[in-house]
Amino acid sequence: MRIFQNRKARNLLAICGFLILCSLSQAAKIGELTDTNWQEQAIEFWTMQQPSVRMAVVGTTLIGLCCGILGSFLVVRKLSLLGDTLSHAVLPGVAAGFLWNASKDPWAIFIGATAAGILGVALVGWIRSTTHLKEDSAMGMVLAGFYGLGITMTTMIQNMAMGNKSGLDKFFFGQASAFNEGDIQLLAIISIITIAILLFFYKEFLTISFDAGFAKGSGMPAKVLHYALMALLAFAVVVSLQAVGVVLVSALLITPAAAAFLLTDRMHWMLILAATFGMLSGVLGAFISYLSNDLPTGPFIVLGATFIFLLAIYLGPRHGILPKALRRRKQRKRIALENTLKAIFHLCERSDFERRVFELNELSRERNISLRQTEREVANLAKAGMASRQSKDSPLEMSAQGRFKLTSSGWLRACEIVRNHRLWELYLTNAAHYRVDHVHDDAEEIEHLLGEHIVKRIEERLQNPITDPHGRLIPSREQVTV
Amino acid sequence: MRDQFLPAFSFQNAIIEPWSLYFDSTIWIVTMGFLVAATCGLIGCFIILRRMALVGDAISHSLLPGITLAFLLTNSRDTLPMMIGAIAAGVVTVALIEAIRQSSRIKPDAAIGIVFSSLFAIGVVLISAYADTVDLDAECVLYGEIGWIPLEDRIVLGGHEIGPLPVIRMAVIGLIALGLLLTFYKELLVTSFDAGLAASLGINPGRYQYGLTLFLSVVIVSSFESVGVILVIAMLIFPGATSMLLTDRLPRILWLSAGFSGLYGLLGFHLATWLDASIAGGMTVVAGIIFTLVWILAPKRGLLVKFVFKSHSKGARTSSIETQAG
Repeated sequence: MRIFQNRKARNLLAICGFLILCSLSQAAKIGELTDTNWQEQAIEFWTMQQPSVRMAVVGTTLIGLCCGILGSFLVVRKLSLLGDTLSHAVLPGVAAGFLWNASKDPWAIFIGATAAGILGVALVGWIRSTTHLKEDSAMGMVLAGFYGLGITMTTMIQNMAMGNKSGLDKFFFGQASAFNEGDIQLLAIISIITIAILLFFYKEFLTISFDAGFAKGSGMPAKVLHYALMALLAFAVVVSLQAVGVVLVSALLITPAAAAFLLTDRMHWMLILAATFGMLSGVLGAFISYLSNDLPTGPFIVLGATFIFLLAIYLGPRHGILPKALRRRKQRKRIALENTLKAIFHLCERSDFERRVFELNELSRERNISLRQTEREVANLAKAGMASRQSKDSPLEMSAQGRFKLTSSGWLRACEIVRNHRLWELYLTNAAHYRVDHVHDDAEEIEHLLGEHIVKRIEERLQNPITDPHGRLIPSREQVTV
Repeated sequence: MRDQFLPAFSFQNAIIEPWSLYFDSTIWIVTMGFLVAATCGLIGCFIILRRMALVGDAISHSLLPGITLAFLLTNSRDTLPMMIGAIAAGVVTVALIEAIRQSSRIKPDAAIGIVFSSLFAIGVVLISAYADTVDLDAECVLYGEIGWIPLEDRIVLGGHEIGPLPVIRMAVIGLIALGLLLTFYKELLVTSFDAGLAASLGINPGRYQYGLTLFLSVVIVSSFESVGVILVIAMLIFPGATSMLLTDRLPRILWLSAGFSGLYGLLGFHLATWLDASIAGGMTVVAGIIFTLVWILAPKRGLLVKFVFKSHSKGARTSSIETQAG
């Protein structure tokens, strides 16, 4: 179990697991496709001559749009799994709508499913407010209870001698190619209604999502808005069922929105990004499932969304794992460089600023690092134009006696760092009343982070001091700026 | 349409015949239902207390790729590879959720949703891609059926026929669950209610968390054949949640959930026979109905008692105010 306490190991494990699973599913797909001539199918898909293809593309795009926008509100309100609950809870409604006239009439199914979904969400709220059971148990019960009822009803339908019941199994895993014109009309209407309501009440929805207390305090009908959002959500879930299926609708709500959440801090950008990601994964899923006859659409839409999410989590410019690691590495490098400069300053100071040229082994002792590392540090300094080598050795292999000196820009930077360090020490002793022997470690950290502005204010506050608490001279402003 | 959908209830067909004509299969199906519900309910009580109900949901979905891969690699439906695949899937699920949560600002609920749906999608893709070779039906995994469990393989021990293989296997897993529960009762109790206290007593809460997760995977994989991955959640949560409305003591909650499990098995079977529907679905409907009844009628915290008590106390208060005013 130790492995789970190590973050790196866990991340690695997670990536490996995902890659293995993804590559396996990939292999499976290609093996499947070779015998159905997928190039032709691909061309047929992208030229969009067949009406069924056009409908599938329009349908999945609209679904991605709706789910992405509504899912964003769920994700920022930490209600992601309420979407999951809702999508399972609609099943008995689907069955009831199906029973209404024993056919796949989209409107009957739509009304039944919406009613069931809203009832499910309301039940979660009631269980939570009238018992001491927690939200997750309440959601689990509604999810599984409604789903069980739905399964009982669908098995009854399937065991009944009834004519057209073939459409019902599509509700489990989705088949975008089964879209017909009625479905597309319904989808378009729902999308327009959703977007119109959200645009019209954008400010209100934004407020209840981020600060429900404030919303109530300023007289907004928080409960009405909450249930309005849930109704829209139920609409979106119900119309998405055909394309992605009951189990995977929640992914379409959560994953694109979560990917967008990683990339931006502004809600309107999040909505735009989530809608784009939703549409992209929708079309991708429709495309892949079109390549072969018996590939369900839902799982591929979900995997497309997951792929986008993985890209966002690894490469997102601000919060992504990779850019973060790169930034951290760059910072570590800078700190090492500055520490080397400081060590050279100390060497210089020890000789009363007489000597300007030093040997590598001196620096290695001062920095307390190996000679190899010292070589590398000095090479880095030279690359940054802060040091120049004085010995005639080849630049790649300097001996322990290899000599170097700081250039004027290196010297300025060294003075700056030492100045930051000593000013901070003085600030801690004078203004924060630290003991003199306790200030060094803290200054060691902060010296790399202090900006020009803060240094100036510290200086003013300490009335332009000359020496630090240990009695050493603080490099003066002139020394640093000249 | 309505009359056709809801078949007329016939006492003879739904109640008597299963026990007289088909006694041999009925008894095993009801027993299986009870065993699944009781085992899930037992472990489910701790899952509820730890607020892991939706982690259980996630694991039950993620098992699909695990067992499919195990099946593809070993080409057998034996218990052992399935268990290993399931445990691996459970571990991968929990590890992925943790990884997403720690390496980004995604909240745990969204992380759960992303992980289980992705893994489930991979499972469905695998199954549909290898549809010819995989003897697993995605829909069957979604809503398993107790009625389909093979009753022909009877286990014979010392000349006596004990029972069908799947039922005995479930019984063994149930007994292991019970044994583990009795052995680690104190540790599970402490870590479920107060992780800080547990740590100060030298009990590592994380270890029990992972132990419980692993065992949860085992229980789910052994039940999915009969109730399907989603209704496993019902069996995990309903017994414990219903009992918790009736009492606050953990031992009583555990006993009560076992009792409820028996009811689910028996009544669910008869409901399904009457309606000609899935038995697992019937069990869940019964579980939902029993929960609703308890929710309304529970002696101490039922809705009815609360409602009556509230209006009563309100009346008492106004009358006392009136007497004061008088």
